[in-house]
This record gives sequence, C-alpha cells and structure tokens, in this order.
Amino acid sequence: MTSVFALNVGSALLWGLFATGLLTLLMSASQGLGWSRMSFPYMIGSMFTSHRGRAMGIGFGAHLAFGMSFAVLYALVFESWQWATWWLGGLLGVFHGLFLLAVLMPMLPDLHPRMASTHHGPTPTRQLEPPGFLALNYGRSTPVLTLVGHVVYGVLLGLFYPLGGGGLL
Amino acid sequence: MSGTDDRYVPIEDYAVIGDCASAALVGTDGSIDWLCWPRFDSPSVFAALLDAERGGHFQVRPSREYSVERRYMGDTNVLETTFTTDTGVLRLTDLMPVGPPEAYRRELWPTHEILRRVECVEGTVTVQVVCEPRLEYAQLDPSFDDRGPHGFFYNYDGAVLVVRSEVPLAPSSGQSALHGDQTLRAGDRHFLSLTYDDEAPAVLPLLGDHAQRKLARTINYWRDWAAQCEYEGPYRDAVVRSALTLKLMTFAPSGAIVAAPTTSLPEAIGGERNWDYRYCWLRDAALTLRALYELGYEDEGRAFFSWLLHATRLTAPDLHVMYDVHGNTHLSERTLSHLEGYRASPPVRVGNGAHDQLQLDTYGELISAAYEFVQREHALDDWHRRLLVSLGNEVCARWEEPDEGIWEVRSGRHHHTFSKAMCWVALERLLALHEEGYVSIPADRYRREATKIRAAVDEHGYNEEKESYVATFGGDRLDASLLLLPTYGYEEATSPRMKSTFARIHEELAQNGLLHRYPPDTNDGFTSEEGAFGLCSFWDEEMFARLGRLDEAREKLGETIGYANDLGLFAEEIDPDTGTFLGNFPQAFTHVGLINAAITISKAEEATPLYQHPEPQ
Repeated sequence: MTSVFALNVGSALLWGLFATGLLTLLMSASQGLGWSRMSFPYMIGSMFTSHRGRAMGIGFGAHLAFGMSFAVLYALVFESWQWATWWLGGLLGVFHGLFLLAVLMPMLPDLHPRMASTHHGPTPTRQLEPPGFLALNYGRSTPVLTLVGHVVYGVLLGLFYPLGGGGLL
Repeated sequence: MSGTDDRYVPIEDYAVIGDCASAALVGTDGSIDWLCWPRFDSPSVFAALLDAERGGHFQVRPSREYSVERRYMGDTNVLETTFTTDTGVLRLTDLMPVGPPEAYRRELWPTHEILRRVECVEGTVTVQVVCEPRLEYAQLDPSFDDRGPHGFFYNYDGAVLVVRSEVPLAPSSGQSALHGDQTLRAGDRHFLSLTYDDEAPAVLPLLGDHAQRKLARTINYWRDWAAQCEYEGPYRDAVVRSALTLKLMTFAPSGAIVAAPTTSLPEAIGGERNWDYRYCWLRDAALTLRALYELGYEDEGRAFFSWLLHATRLTAPDLHVMYDVHGNTHLSERTLSHLEGYRASPPVRVGNGAHDQLQLDTYGELISAAYEFVQREHALDDWHRRLLVSLGNEVCARWEEPDEGIWEVRSGRHHHTFSKAMCWVALERLLALHEEGYVSIPADRYRREATKIRAAVDEHGYNEEKESYVATFGGDRLDASLLLLPTYGYEEATSPRMKSTFARIHEELAQNGLLHRYPPDTNDGFTSEEGAFGLCSFWDEEMFARLGRLDEAREKLGETIGYANDLGLFAEEIDPDTGTFLGNFPQAFTHVGLINAAITISKAEEATPLYQHPEPQ
C-alpha cells in the first residue's frame, strides 16, 4: 500500500486547474449556445454578493479553487488504488457529476443564502431560481452537459496526473 | 393613406416603456403588443403589432366596455393608463424597472422585467389578463411550466421567461397562454411581472410591497434624470419628453441610440416601405450629440461619442449607414413572411438592406460630431485622431463618387448635393481641428479638395432657373435635407441662395404645415406614397429661427409639436391629411429634431449666439 505522502499535490493542482478550466469552458459554451443556464460561477458567487458582476468574478475564482481541491481528492483515489488511467478518471467524473446533480442541486436552496426555497415563493433575500432535481430547471440538456463536463474533468485528471510523478510512477 | 383594421391599434395610440436596453409598446387597450428581449434588435417576445392573430401580446384591461386616459407619471417613462367603466375605475401602471447603479449592487435583479400594477381606484371592476408570448417573431409557441409559488416558466434557447402574478392565472389548454379574471374593489392592488434571464439561473421577481418599492425607485430614477435637463426655453415639456424618449432608446451598455425600437411599421399603409429601425444610424450623429450636450446630458454625450468611434473603427475608413448597438454591421435583411404586417401591410423585415449603401454625408456627420465633442471636452485620444484622419483621406478619395444619399433610396446612386456638401463639412472640420492642434492632416491637400467640392456644389447643386439648391447635381428636384446646410455651416441661412431655396422647399414640399423629405412623386424605388417627415418639419422651424423670423418659428414649432400623440411622442412620419402616424415609433431622430429646433429658437430669442462653426479654412 502506498502512503498518501506519495501524493503529488503539485501535479494534482496543476492538472486540476487545467481540467477545471476545460469544464468551465464546456459549461460556458453550452450557456452561450443556449443549451443550459447552469452557471457554476454565478451560483457560487451569488452566495457572497448580490452584485451580478462581482458574483461572477468571485464565483469564477471559487470554482477554480474547488476544482483544484477536487483534483487532490481524485489524486488521493488514484494513489490509494495505485492506478490512474483516463477511464478510471472518467468513472470518478460520472460519480462526481451524478452526486452534484442528484444530491447537491436539490439541497442547494437550503445551502445558498440567496436561492428561493423550493416550497415557498421568493423573498427579498432569496430570489434565485432553484435548480431542481438534476438541475432540470435550468434547461433539459443541463444534466447531460453537466455530466459530460465532469467526465471530461475526470478523464483529464486520469490521463495527466500520473505524468507528474508521485507514487504512481 | 391610413387604413382601418379594428384588430390593430393606431400607431399614435401606443406608448413606449423601456429600460435603456430594450423597449415595449403598450396600447391604449392595455396590451403590450411589441417587446424584444434581451436587446432592442433581438427577436420579439410579443409581436401583435405586426400580426394581431399570431404575434402574441400581454394584455391587462377591464372585462367590460371602458373609456381610457393615459399619461406618463410626470417626467418619467412610467406609463399610467386609466380605464373608466360603468362600474368603476381601473388604473394600470406599466414600467420596465430601472435604478441607479448602487441599486444593482444591493439586490438581485432579473436581466429584464416588465412590471404591471393594476389597481381599482373606484367602484368594482373585473380585470382580464392574457399573457401570450410568441417567441422568435412568433415562430415559437412556449409551453409554460407551472412551478407553483415561483410562477410560470418557459425555457428557450438558453433563456427563460418567468411570469408571476397576484391576479390568479391559469394556463390555456396548450399551456402556451396564461389567462386570468378577477374582480377588484376600490383599494385592491395587484402586481404582475414578466422577466427575462439568460445564461444563468433566473432571478424571481418579487411582487407586493417590494414591487411597489421598485416602482418608486424607477420613478425616482427617471425624475432625477429628467431634472438634470438644463433647457428652460419654449415648449420645455415637449423637450423633456423628447429627452426621456431618447434616453429610453439608448442602449446603456454601449451608449448607442437606436433609431426606433420597432421594425416594419409601414410608412404607407398597404405599401412596401417597411424597414427595421432597431439599429443605430450615423446620420444625425452630430445633431444628436449636440442635443445631448445642450440639454446638459454630458455623460450620455460622451457615451454616444465613444460608441460612434468604437463602432466606426471596425469598418474605417469605410463607413456603413448603420450599425447595431455593439457596432456590428452584419445586418443583412430578411423577410418574415409568416407575419402579415401592421394592418396587413407586408413585408415584415428584420435586418436592414441599406446597411452597406454608400452614404457620403455620414463622413461629414461623424466628423462634425467629433468637432462638437472636442469643443466641449477639449480632448481627443490618439486612436480618435488616427481614425478621423483616415476618414478625411477617404473623403478626399471618394467625394466625387455617386451615393445613395441621406434617405437611403433604393433607386441607385446619384450625385446628391447634400452628400457633397457634407464632404466639404468633413474636410473643413478636420482643417479646424488641425488648426487647433487636435489632428495632424495634409492641410494643403484637404484645402484643395474642399475648394473643389464647394465649387462643384455651387455649380451643379444649385439650379439657377429654379433659384434653389437641388437634391442631385444638375437636377431640378428639391430635398428637405438642404435645410441643414446652414446648420452644418455650409452656408448662412440669410444668404440669397438659402433664402430662395427655403422658399422653394416651402412651395413644393410643405403640406398642412408639415414637410415631405422630397416630392412625393420622386422615384425612390417604391410606388406607394409616404407621409410627411416629422424630422424635416423641425429643420424647417430651425431655419425660421436662423432667418430671424422668431414668431413664425415659435408658432410653427408649436404646430408641429401639436402633431405629437397624447404622450408627446412622434413616429417617423405623419399623414399630413389625417395627422395619423406612419413608420416606426417612436423615432429618435424626430425627437432630436424637436430638441434642436427648440434650442435654436430659444437661443435666437435670447440673442445668444447660435452654434459657432469654424471659419472656412
């Protein structure tokens, strides 16, 4: 069994940044093309401020940070399995995406200080449209696009994380 | 020229509301018949204006017969329509919420919203609501998703419409329309809201007291803005209304001003003169800038000038006739044959085929705007200088070419006198800026070309027999644009040539106190007969003032303002026989004309100097 100390944090963060960038690019493209209204930066940033522009800025930074942190988690899984490959990363991405859509999204109105409750109308402090189950409220293609984005994220980490050395090499 | 079709409200019966990025037309029947989101030139959400059956509308009105009065709430763009029935009085307040920048920092705002307040002020009235969006110019029938307390949602193309209402609404059988009826008693007050968001989760609109605060904030925003108007001369109310209308048609993110928020309202009922005006014309750029600065709206003036140069930088040294609000020029024209057109006057066109015409006068108008800007701001960026010089060189190279002219006729290119005179204006303004040290140009070459242009205009643009400047070189037809020659400093209004031109224009173009832009039988590529041009009538009154005929100027200005609708708004054209409106509505340039005519008359009355033009170099 390899110790977690074999974890290459630098590689995880680097490729995590890259993978999150690509995930953000895919989601932004799907918004621009009119396929979905899911905006991770806006949803995260609006937790901190009502100002739309600032929310996008804060949310973009926070999403990158989350993406890099998750990359460390992925790396820990790779290290614990002593194995990393693109499809294993992709499988982790499927789990990650499904968890986000099926568990986190329905919970979001309880966690997000500006999101309207699913059961009550909007209030002066809670006006943001809740995503609903699988985030379907943001467009019918949203679950598929979110899943694809996270699979791509996992595939990239599975593919590139081992290049950075660490216990896997 | 006007037709009757009960399915359509007369153009003058519409009011406009807006949020400085998009606008809606509201009829005296409480129906929003035109709305494009997210910007002025986006596909429509409601288009009953152009097809009463298929277009879609959002109507709030009493269920019984009524008489109607309406007004804007003071100096605002908040509309109040009062319906009086035999059982009571219902008041409908319509607005697109806006606020000062700090308001957008404090709370979440939908990207766009129409807020409607319906209140019973007397007796008992049953109110009837129909909300029937037909998206993408009535090519998409939405199917609303009922999300209970959050309202009705419709997702399309990465955007979402949300309808929330305190009047209970129920979807129609196909879910594509929402209907509601409710009996209100004196003191009852309900809000309805339609919002638009895209590329992100929607911001759900709040009703009740919060909506009331939003209404108050919007009223304050417009009142504060109107209060900055420094004009104190005659017809101040009409000038302030015109300024408010211009502000409403300003696309705030870029500073561009659209010519009108509508497309294809016909210039001749049953004719084919239907154009898309939801773009920004370079024509009148200098006069628009002058109007903004003279009224004291310096921020709007700077933003407009900045848009002018940023937009034209993309195509310089070629200038297009029009640009969209972000400066794009891909405005190719297409016909929406599934819409029957206002009062069955097809075609309905979107985009504008005139965008790639050659209109040489735009060089003079743009460079005059730059000159106007420098006189007020005393500054010019380096890239502004380079851009202006490239435009000047283009004028030197192309002024001898024929063009389509200021009216964008579709009957081919000609040597238009006004276009050539504006080429002279362009070079003269650049020479003046050169003398003042703002640009560096080959002055000798510019002087030579300016002299040649002036000689050509004086020789070929003036018809000795007719004793008048004429529309085209060697021609004998008149054109109201020639009234602008003194405005741009080409010739003094009191010169013999201008005086006789003024007299001829009155003889041949005036009808019932209004002016046609050119003789109605001119071959402009169309057979139908158009109305009188509101803008030209205001140019006429400026000429009276420049000639020192101040009483006539003031009286005629009052007469022309009398053609405005009950809210003080103008369309592009007016039927001189009936006074009904024709063409797109409301029309920014007509309101610019009103403002400039009033300012010119006011200055002349106070004996303060009119706008100073540089001495010819």
